[in-house]
Amino acid sequence: MTKQVTLTINGKQVTVPEGLTVADAAKVAGIDIPVFCHHPKLEPVGMCRMCLVEIGRPMLDRASGQVVMENGQPKIQFMPKLETACTNRVSEGMVVMTSSEKAVSGQKGTVEFLLTSHPLDCPVCDKGGECPLQNLTMQFGPGKSRFIYDEKLHLDKQVPLGELIWLDRERCIQCARCIRFQDEIAGEAVLGFDDRGRGTQIISVSDPGFDSVFSGNTTDICPVGALTTADFRFGARPWELEAQASICTQCPVGCNTTLNTRREAKAGGDVVVKRVMPRQNEEVNEIWLCDKGRFAYHYTESKERLTKPMIRKDGKLARVPWNAATKFAAEKFSAHKKDFVVLASGRLANEDLFNLKSLADTAGGTAILYSDMGGGELTQLVGVGAGTNIGTMGKGDAILVIASDLYEEAPIWWLRIKQAADRGATLIVANPRQTKLDRFAKYTIRYAYGDEMKTVADFGKKSKIADEFAKAKNAMVFFGSEGLGVNGTSALASACAALLKESDHVGRPNNGLVGVWQRANDQGAFEVGFKPEADLEKALKGKAVYIVGADPVGDDPNLAKALKGAKFVAVQDILETATTEIADAVFPAQAFTEREGTYVSGERRVQRFHAAVPIKGDSKPDFAIVSMVARQMGIILEGSSPSVVFDILANSIDAFNELSYEKLAEVHGQWPIVGRGDLYYGGTTYENTRGLGVQLVPVAQVGGTVRISKVRKEAALRPKEKELLAVPVNKLYDLGVTIQSAELLGQRVGEAFVAMNPVTVKKLGLEVGKPAKISFDGVNVEAVLKVDDTISTGVVLVPRSMGIAIREPVVARVLRSESGKVK
Amino acid sequence: MGVFDPIIELSRGLGETLRSFLVEKTVTYQYPEEKRPVRPRFRGRHELKRYDNGLEKCIGCSLCAAACPADAIFVEASENTDEKRFSPGERYASTYEINMLRCIYCGFCEDACPTEAIVLGDNYELSFTDRKQAIYTKDMLLVPVASEQMLTPRKVEPNVFKRSVPEMKDSTD
Repeated sequence: MTKQVTLTINGKQVTVPEGLTVADAAKVAGIDIPVFCHHPKLEPVGMCRMCLVEIGRPMLDRASGQVVMENGQPKIQFMPKLETACTNRVSEGMVVMTSSEKAVSGQKGTVEFLLTSHPLDCPVCDKGGECPLQNLTMQFGPGKSRFIYDEKLHLDKQVPLGELIWLDRERCIQCARCIRFQDEIAGEAVLGFDDRGRGTQIISVSDPGFDSVFSGNTTDICPVGALTTADFRFGARPWELEAQASICTQCPVGCNTTLNTRREAKAGGDVVVKRVMPRQNEEVNEIWLCDKGRFAYHYTESKERLTKPMIRKDGKLARVPWNAATKFAAEKFSAHKKDFVVLASGRLANEDLFNLKSLADTAGGTAILYSDMGGGELTQLVGVGAGTNIGTMGKGDAILVIASDLYEEAPIWWLRIKQAADRGATLIVANPRQTKLDRFAKYTIRYAYGDEMKTVADFGKKSKIADEFAKAKNAMVFFGSEGLGVNGTSALASACAALLKESDHVGRPNNGLVGVWQRANDQGAFEVGFKPEADLEKALKGKAVYIVGADPVGDDPNLAKALKGAKFVAVQDILETATTEIADAVFPAQAFTEREGTYVSGERRVQRFHAAVPIKGDSKPDFAIVSMVARQMGIILEGSSPSVVFDILANSIDAFNELSYEKLAEVHGQWPIVGRGDLYYGGTTYENTRGLGVQLVPVAQVGGTVRISKVRKEAALRPKEKELLAVPVNKLYDLGVTIQSAELLGQRVGEAFVAMNPVTVKKLGLEVGKPAKISFDGVNVEAVLKVDDTISTGVVLVPRSMGIAIREPVVARVLRSESGKVK
Repeated sequence: MGVFDPIIELSRGLGETLRSFLVEKTVTYQYPEEKRPVRPRFRGRHELKRYDNGLEKCIGCSLCAAACPADAIFVEASENTDEKRFSPGERYASTYEINMLRCIYCGFCEDACPTEAIVLGDNYELSFTDRKQAIYTKDMLLVPVASEQMLTPRKVEPNVFKRSVPEMKDSTD
């Protein structure tokens, strides 16, 4: 436990941990010191001078070093001038006066100076209404300026820093919160100050502008309206917005979000989501959110939303009532009971997946998880212990990230792991190519695609890295699907699990295995018993398939072929996809913004999301549709209340024992205190009042037997001369439906491409930037060729969800370059 | 009481009537042919004003809606461009509606407006036959322009109308 220090602030005795700044200590005591540049998550700089206070310290006798006493009390010596509360750390016996006449006059002066160059265009400013400068001017400002209005400095007003963030140079008060966030927290110093004195300006020093996936956070912590998002721009005034707690569905991190909604004339009078804001959960996303999570919500309001149930009549999809549609599908499923297959993805909530699994089990069918990743049963055994918080990892701890480019797959994990490394944790990054995390790693391991198992096995041998990992106080392993399919990831997961078990890094908080899944709730799907299938084509061919929340036809031509040979295909989704086009029955489902449910994050935290906007058309929540279909098949499943489904789930699955919606809604105090009336302190992040979620306890932590079956080492694919090894990798901004509807993010996606090492390109006589015709495992595709010299030679990188389908590493052949040369 | 007293009283009264008929000015008006002028601070139906060049004063800040005690105003903003400019500055009201059935004509909207765009005018002749008619949209509220060139939206010279809130003469303004 850190040493406690007692000090007096405004006559109130406060005991706080050593090392806190005076501004933070006052916050703990419930006394608000006005700040602009100070942020509890950032290092103090003392740039804005807003937090001027009177600080006195016990006077020490020079000779003896003893505290001088006066009338039985230590004599307090005040500094002749005001000091900044944000740069002074607390010390024993300190006396702070935040609202003495002297301090107040200092604060007033600072506001007056800040406003000399401020345009005061609050009526048109997106920050107006939740603006620290506005609030502090009202609270601490002089009310009158002695400066001449006409002498205001005029600067550029609409400067796009990148395509997502706009800068208004006039409004900026040079607090450097954005620059410091990018430097210290995100580790991507893409912003900087230009010029000096009154001409000081924020500039982006990257190309493309503001090249960071965390850029949206700077708008949250900006204490004025200098940084605003292009997405929200003039969307509404903050006081007009309703707020509803939700969970981000873009990746397995499970960031807590708040959906701000408003009725909108542009949307035909519907209530729509206007912006997604982070919601504090110090154990998940702290107060941050990546740009994908912040801006990729538009798909829920896409014009392609399914609104009516349909069945195929005379070769065409026709609208029918719910009863007819579910009856139609149920009859087909009942008729092909032996061939009944449920194919669902981790986009669904636990309640949906549980009902689907129950349906598949009772009807005698199989439940398949639509994913390229396996190993979920191992995270249930040796997953991270309950109480895990990457934010508490530091010196003496180790984190291994293998086969995953976290920056592209789970940005907030990347951010938090990077910070753990900053605090002194040993970060080991093992990946076949360079990733953005390498910069912060103590050890970087490069292996050839296919050698993942060997790399993990090497941790068993004696080496400096293996030693440090084994001896670490706490150790976590993040495994991903870079260049791996279902079999590859399953094998990798078991190797990682064995490594953790052997080094005794299981069953405790901050220890264990984490899967970097492809979808938000893949972990939840594993929990309820779904399993991925390596040979999906075979599993789908000639079956009666119930596809929920997945688009196999659009993703992979081989799967499209397999589904064309299926006996019956029912598709349940929120959007029109290539799969709904070939379906025999289509059920419109509700998006996560329209309904209630729970997700399980990659760290196995069960979290609730709530309905924020009205239902679109006749759509129903997934679990309810499943229950309707089941009822027509003579199977009774709960279909009216998600909380009841969850109760049944909690009763039947051990890990969820004793969990309920009420339990998930519990909150406790968090530090820093954000999102209350004083937005100037933590930014516009929302305070968490709707539940922090509960982390599931892995089998290893309850003392259950952990048996990790050895997985056969698959022979690595080694392409022959003139052949290439094609490996699937994950990209943050891909061509998936969730990104496509977000126009702003689309600019960073680009077209379908494949990437190779320049040497390989040269050897094959290809041209960079031109379409290359490549045959993957018999499927011919044409895609623009990019080069990246961190890729090993003889390898072609194929981003997932970018229009080219490979689910696992395959051998590829270049057919013909644009110039017509046949290889 | 004398016999003639009622007659005297009656003629006195009729005399007063005759006097006022002959001497006093008429105080009633032949409404609706003739309309009574309103007081300078009368609060009638709202108008959305324009600048002399025809650009709308309203910048879609929604402060009127925030000030409105009856929740009668709905504003939605969009972004101006020099190609398609409605108002000076970055922002304009793409939707502006007042529900006249809800409005209590308190004039708070007028007080809240930073650009003096919304003004309660002289018109008190508001009657509707259904509730929908009571919702006045932006084109009903905007004052007419003198010539067609002054209509909004219109193309303007780039980088002229950069600021939404008009420059004030001095800080006490």
